[in-house]
Amino acid sequence: MTMSDSPLPNRVIEATGLIKRYRELTAVNGITFSVTKGELFGFLGPNGAGKTTTMKMVQCVSPRSGGALKIFGEDPEFSGRSIRKRIGVVPQETNLDPDLSVFDNLVMYARFFDISKSDAEKRALSLLEFFELQAKKDTIIEKLSGGMKRRLLLARSLMNNPDLLILDEPTIGLDPQARHHIWEKLLKLRAEGHTIVLTTHYLDEAARLCDRLVIMDHGNILVEGSPDELVRTYIGMDIVETDNTDEVTRYLNLMDISFEIGGETIQIRTNKPRELADILMDKFQGIRVITRPGSLEDVFLMLTGRRIRE
Amino acid sequence: MRRKTGEKVGILFIGAYHVWLRNALVFRKNIRVNLLPPFIEPLLYLGAIGFGIGAYITDIEGLPYVRFIAPAILAASVMNASFFECAYGTYVRMYYQKTFDALLATPITIHEVILGEIFWGATRGFISALSISIILLLLGLASPSGLLLALPLSFVAGLLFSGIAACFSAVSPSIDTISYPATLFIAPMFLFSGTFFPLHLLPWIVQILALLFLPLTHVVSLIRGLLTESTDLLWALNITWIVLGTIVFSVLAIRLFERRLIV
Repeated sequence: MTMSDSPLPNRVIEATGLIKRYRELTAVNGITFSVTKGELFGFLGPNGAGKTTTMKMVQCVSPRSGGALKIFGEDPEFSGRSIRKRIGVVPQETNLDPDLSVFDNLVMYARFFDISKSDAEKRALSLLEFFELQAKKDTIIEKLSGGMKRRLLLARSLMNNPDLLILDEPTIGLDPQARHHIWEKLLKLRAEGHTIVLTTHYLDEAARLCDRLVIMDHGNILVEGSPDELVRTYIGMDIVETDNTDEVTRYLNLMDISFEIGGETIQIRTNKPRELADILMDKFQGIRVITRPGSLEDVFLMLTGRRIRE
Repeated sequence: MRRKTGEKVGILFIGAYHVWLRNALVFRKNIRVNLLPPFIEPLLYLGAIGFGIGAYITDIEGLPYVRFIAPAILAASVMNASFFECAYGTYVRMYYQKTFDALLATPITIHEVILGEIFWGATRGFISALSISIILLLLGLASPSGLLLALPLSFVAGLLFSGIAACFSAVSPSIDTISYPATLFIAPMFLFSGTFFPLHLLPWIVQILALLFLPLTHVVSLIRGLLTESTDLLWALNITWIVLGTIVFSVLAIRLFERRLIV
């Protein structure tokens, strides 16, 4: 995709050489990306990669330090208010009003968008139904489970009928049931034509949801593509996983087979997973051998390394 | 150009009104707890100091002691209600409840958030003033027409103390450090602003310091004048300090919060 000078009408976000510097830290280091209408676009990366900072700039909350940024063809520096009017945000940290009921949280929030009380009430009811929260309408926030709070945040972000939905780690800290529930709703929203941008460090989430994604690290975009494309381009083969023992590594070195060590396991990229697995099992009694297709997680770890991030 | 500025100011106040509305809604949800202190506290002060200690005190400046301190109790309650709302309340909403983050993701701007907070703090001061007025009226301790004028003045004084509190809240590294201005500024102000004894009993240097740095002095002076139906030459200075202080501290609070939150 090439960048044109005049924004295309269906370009929702267009960032060119976008930079964010704090005093001694460059959080976002000149990234270029664009999001098209109706797309579900993902930002993937380890902690501190610059995902949330990028989201804050797109939300017109944090001013950029350099580069160009257009949301709906407008510059956040001058049109922050009118852009924010068309954006819905699900923050990483819950910021619901703890003193108010579920319903009041939604209606009050809509007032900040100058939506009339009666319209807000109607919309709140239909969103509570969509997110299966009708029964909790009059419940105080602190009585909700983590999954319900997330769903309510999602409902809240839709109160102004946004043209762009921004989700910062939408399923962080949720149990598998709650995560699947959120995914199902997000896919439904995408099917309705919503433009959605999300950040995550859950790779299964990105693989399952995103049409297109970028992997970020240290403020840079490393790669961009659809999940399938990325796996095909960067892994391209199957993976054989086996135990990390001295005999195995010695043998692999001897046979000139390249491999990667990740803690207790060894991972080998290969075109012939079956043959390699058979050889390994024959040669080394009692070791564990698994063959599987390459995944987004392999791409991610390959590009960002295995070092633990603080 | 002028029309554009007018429009901008209009939008600013609509946004601030929505922030105010949010705080008012939360206040209403806990109304019973919230309305208790403004009724009980002044009764305690009037009872213990006004009628208790006051029994041993002859008239002050031609007034029975309890009538002398009644206006001061009203003024001090406005100060306390507004200051604590915009010091602790604002800090909790910003830091713990992340309410400001939620607001800033909507068309509302940081200017409107802080302005709304200051207006809300002043509203808390006004609510205190209103409940004390009722008590003073029932006990016959103040001029009814004076009370009527003291109420709008309480709101303006509330803006002043809220603005000051918001400045401290904006620069506080943690909620614990807000106790510095509370004990080093608000507590002495409560005692040395001509509240429980006339200002002229203090050494002249302290009097000047009080007039310069303790805004409660000005509020007490005005409200005492209104409630006891007397006027004072100091009023010009009192009004000037309150108006200028309100503007300066509100603008400063907005700037300080902007510096803290918009990064």
